[in-house]
Amino acid sequence: MIVAKNITKHFGKLIALDDINLACDAGQCIALIGPNGSGKTTFIKSILGLVVPDKGEIVFNGKNISKDWQYRSQIGYMPQIGRYPDNMTIGQLINMLKDIRKHDCKQFDEELITDFQLNKMLDKRMRTLSGGTRQKVSASLAFLFNADVLILDEPTAGLDPLASEILKEKIIREKQKGKLILITSHILSELDDLVTEIIYMQDSKLIFHKNIDALRAETGEQKLSKAIAISMTKILENA
Amino acid sequence: MHKVIKYVIIDILRNKIVLAYTLFLFLISFTVFSFEDNTAKGLLSLLNLILFIVPLVSIIFSTIYIYNSSEFIELLLSQPLRRKQIWLSLFAGLSVSFTLAFLIGCGIPLLFFEPTTTGFIMTFIGCLLSIIFVAIAMLAVVSTRDKAKGIGVAILLWLYFALIFDGLVLFLLFQFADYPLEKIMMIISALNPVDLSRIIILLRLDVSALMGYTGAVFKDFFGTDIGFIAALGILILWVMIPLQLSLHKFKRKDL
Repeated sequence: MIVAKNITKHFGKLIALDDINLACDAGQCIALIGPNGSGKTTFIKSILGLVVPDKGEIVFNGKNISKDWQYRSQIGYMPQIGRYPDNMTIGQLINMLKDIRKHDCKQFDEELITDFQLNKMLDKRMRTLSGGTRQKVSASLAFLFNADVLILDEPTAGLDPLASEILKEKIIREKQKGKLILITSHILSELDDLVTEIIYMQDSKLIFHKNIDALRAETGEQKLSKAIAISMTKILENA
Repeated sequence: MHKVIKYVIIDILRNKIVLAYTLFLFLISFTVFSFEDNTAKGLLSLLNLILFIVPLVSIIFSTIYIYNSSEFIELLLSQPLRRKQIWLSLFAGLSVSFTLAFLIGCGIPLLFFEPTTTGFIMTFIGCLLSIIFVAIAMLAVVSTRDKAKGIGVAILLWLYFALIFDGLVLFLLFQFADYPLEKIMMIISALNPVDLSRIIILLRLDVSALMGYTGAVFKDFFGTDIGFIAALGILILWVMIPLQLSLHKFKRKDL
């Protein structure tokens, strides 16, 4: 569904993405992991067209995204730090996005708005919201359009355990519908029962991209964090 | 496209600064006309005020507004919308707001006290000037990432067009006083939309007789229909060129 070929991006002298190649397919739930500053968010932003890569191309459903914009109707994006117009209320924000996307979305998925009880505070202004509530709004907006691809950047950061569980269950339900889900996270234990593929990035490079079952079989570990740790030591030994 | 424009205009109106600006323009227009016993004098005083205030408010407000909309722009960019569409909607929203503000604030008093061609032209030039400085603001914003720096650049640009440019022209005139500069002056005046607007309107007033030989050369060219249309064309270029440049940069910007 999404194919990235030789993506390279510089910010001044800093290399943010160094020759990234990967392919993602529908039905997969991919965890994009790596230390801070390893280029995860930059990569996600280049898929969305928010960052323009210096080299390489990203193909979405067989179409190069650099000249296209309609492909974004198939993406629901939850940013790491949700930044919204300060003096809009939650209700106005949701209605505006519905209005903008009503042509490409037949039915809105308001499950998360209800589950997070956002409909009780629709007239609260965005600037008055706490970090967690803001995150709930971001999540609700990402799922609102029933998109085929969900890109979630640190979805559970800042959420309370209850909300985090609601979101996780929602992600599992959407995965079962055969959607492609791309998650970045630092909390590996959280991803255990979610993901089918692991992409590990470090120093702007893609270190490995493996199926989780293959990874577990290879390392003999059930827990994701241990499996990755073992896999990483192997790679370092080989290098 | 019209959807995004709608939200931009709603947001600007909610901000109330543009409403205050409209009211301010309305008040000064009325006071100027009520103080002067003949409207030609009133027109001249109003012209000088307009040429000072309109560019200032347009450029500063637009710059700050676009910086403050960075969240809004980011949100829209992750939606299925063209970058071009988002940028032009912002431009259209700001231009419409400022044009309306000018039409209501200055246009109504102008056409009330001076319902002549000159009154019409002045209203039209004022609207055009608002749009020109919105376009220049957009170029200033897209070229500088830092907000404080961007606003500084906007203020400097306004100072340049409103004051420094005239100083430079005077300096040039004195330095090369021995040479015939009249034709060159016409080209130089095209380099500043504020000066060009001033010339277009002054030539329609009797005071143009006081501008000496250069004034006569100006009158020979800008006083004719072709000259007038050429001057309007140059003013429209002052909208198109900064807008195109800013769009070109915005399409390649990382967010």
